[in-house]
Amino acid sequence: MSIWMIIVVVAYLCIIGYLGFRGYKTTKSATDYMLGGRQVHPYVMAMSYGATFISTSAIVGFGGAAGVFGMGLLWLTVMNILIGIFIAFWVFGGRTRKMGLRLDAHTFPELLGRRFQSKFIQGAAAVIIFMFIPLYASAVLTGAVKYISSQLSMDYNTALFIFSVIIALYVIMGGIKGVMYTDALQGTIMLFGMLALLILTYTKLGGVTAAHQSLTDMAHLVPAKLQAGGHQGWTSMPKFGAPLWWVLVSTIIMGVGIGVLAQPQLAVRYMTVKSGKELNRAIPIGGVFIMMMTGVAFIVGALANVHFQQTVGKVAIVAAKGDVEAIIPMYLQSAMPEWFSILFMLTLISAAMSTLSSQFHVMGTSLGRDLVEESMGRKQKGGGVLATRAGVLLGILISVYLSYIMELKFGKTGTAIVARGTAIFFGLCACAFLPMYVGALWSRGITKAAAIAGLLSGSLSSLFWIMFVQEKASTALLVCSKLFGTRSLAIQLVDGKEVFAKTGPMVWAFVDPLIIGLPIAIVATVLVSLFTKKTAAAHLDFCMGKKK
Amino acid sequence: MLGIEDPWVVSAYYLCIFSALFCLIWGIIKWNKDDPETEPGEEIRRWAEEENRVEEEL
Repeated sequence: MSIWMIIVVVAYLCIIGYLGFRGYKTTKSATDYMLGGRQVHPYVMAMSYGATFISTSAIVGFGGAAGVFGMGLLWLTVMNILIGIFIAFWVFGGRTRKMGLRLDAHTFPELLGRRFQSKFIQGAAAVIIFMFIPLYASAVLTGAVKYISSQLSMDYNTALFIFSVIIALYVIMGGIKGVMYTDALQGTIMLFGMLALLILTYTKLGGVTAAHQSLTDMAHLVPAKLQAGGHQGWTSMPKFGAPLWWVLVSTIIMGVGIGVLAQPQLAVRYMTVKSGKELNRAIPIGGVFIMMMTGVAFIVGALANVHFQQTVGKVAIVAAKGDVEAIIPMYLQSAMPEWFSILFMLTLISAAMSTLSSQFHVMGTSLGRDLVEESMGRKQKGGGVLATRAGVLLGILISVYLSYIMELKFGKTGTAIVARGTAIFFGLCACAFLPMYVGALWSRGITKAAAIAGLLSGSLSSLFWIMFVQEKASTALLVCSKLFGTRSLAIQLVDGKEVFAKTGPMVWAFVDPLIIGLPIAIVATVLVSLFTKKTAAAHLDFCMGKKK
Repeated sequence: MLGIEDPWVVSAYYLCIFSALFCLIWGIIKWNKDDPETEPGEEIRRWAEEENRVEEEL
C-alpha cells in the first residue's frame, strides 16, 4: 500500500464525513430525514439514484459475467438506460412524486399503503424490505470489504468494522440528505473512474474496432463446457433457448433490467425533488451515468479475454481459475497503470458505499416509519426520526452480522448464499411490488384486496422459485437439497447424471423467478380486482389529482 | 461492424450509445418544462403548511 493511497483514502473519508455532517445540520423534520425536504437538486437526485443502483457487484460481478458471457450483456445496459432511467423517471417518477406529495407519503411502502388505504400493505411491504434487504446489503458489504482489505492490506474483520461504522455514522446522523450528498460525490468519482477505464482499455488493445475484432477472432477458444451451454463467442449471443441463453436473457437482462422499477430504495428518490422539471433534468444525467457504469464494465469485462489471451495465453475465466468475480480485479492489476488502481479503488468504495447507505436508510424507514410508527400506530413526539435511526442501526447490525457470520460459520456455502443476495432482492421486489405499484399509479380499477393478492402471490411464488427451482439460488440456499435430495426440483438424477426438465424452449432450472412470479402476481391482481369492492371514487380522485 | 459480427450484439452496442444520447437530448429539450396537469408550486405550499401544522401540534 503506497503513501498516496493512504492520503487519498483519508482525504476521501474526510469529504464524506463533511457531507454527512452537512446533511445532519440541515435535517430538521421527518420529511428532511426521509425525503430531503422534497427540495433535492436534480444532479444530486440523478447521481444518487444511479450510484445507489450501481453497486460494486454491478461493476465487478456483472463485469466478470461479461468476461464469461461476452458483450451480449450490453442489452442489460440498454434496458438499464431505457427502463431503469428513462421509463423510471419519466413515466413512474412524475406520477410517484405527485401522488407521494398528495398522500404525504414518506416512504415507498407508505405510498402504496395510503394509496390502497391499507396499513397491512404498508406493514407487509416493510416486512419484505426489512427481511430481505440485509441479504442484499451483506452481498454488497462482503464484496466491498474483501476488495478493501486486499487493497489496503487489512484484516477482513477490521475492514468490515471500520467501513460499516463510517457508513452508519453518516446515514444515522445525516438521513437521506447525508446519503444523497455523499452519493452525488461518489457517483462523480465513479464516472471518472469508469471513463478512464474505458479509454485505457481501448487504447491498450489498439482501438475500438481492433479490440472487438480480436475478441471476435477468439470465438474458437470458448471453453468446451461453455460451448455445450450454448456459448458462441464473446461478441455473439448464446444459442437461442440454450441454458446460457436463459441465464443471460431471463436472469441478467430481464431480471435486473425490469426488477429495477420496483426497488423501494430507488422509487423513494422520485419523491425527493420539487417538481417534474427536476425529473426531466435528471434523465440526461442518469442516462449518461448508467451507460458509463454498466456499459463500460461489460465492454471491459468482455475485452479482458483479449488481454489475458495476449499476455498469458488463456481466456479470462480460465486465467481467473473459474472465479467470475476475480476477472475484473485481475485485469486491473495486470493491465492498468498503478495510478489507476488508486482511482479505481475509490470508484469501487464509492459504488459500495452509495448502495449500502441507501439500503441502510430504506431499512431504517421501513422499520421505524412503516412498521413501528404507521402499521402499529406508535406515534410519539419526534419519534419518527428516532425510530428510523434505530431501524437504520438495527439494519446495519444485521447486515454486518450476516457478512461476518456467513463466511465464518458456513464457509463457501455462506459466501454463495450472500452472493445471491442482489438477484434475490431484485426478483422479489419486482414480483411483490411491480403490479401493485403500476396499479397504484395508473389504474382506478385495482382494489385493495387485489393489491394484497398481488403482493402475496408475487412474493410467495418468487420465493418458492428461488428456494426450490432456480438452480443457482436453490443450490446456494440448500433448502431444496435438504428436503428433496436434489438441488432443484427441475433437475432429476438419471443414472447419477443430472437431467434438466424442459418444456419447449424453457429450461426451468435456468428461468428467473421474475419470469414466473411477475405474471402470477399480475394475473392475481387483475382477477381479484374483478370480484372485490372498488375503491371510493373520491379517494381515487384525490390520489390521481383529479379536480372536482 | 465495429469488429462485431452478431447483429444482436452490434445493435446492443449502438443502442447503448443512442439511448444515452436520447436521454441527453430529451433532457435538453425538456430542461425547463414541468408537468402541465398540476401546479406543483401550489401543492408544495399546501403540503409545507400541513407539515408545519403537524410539527407544531406534536
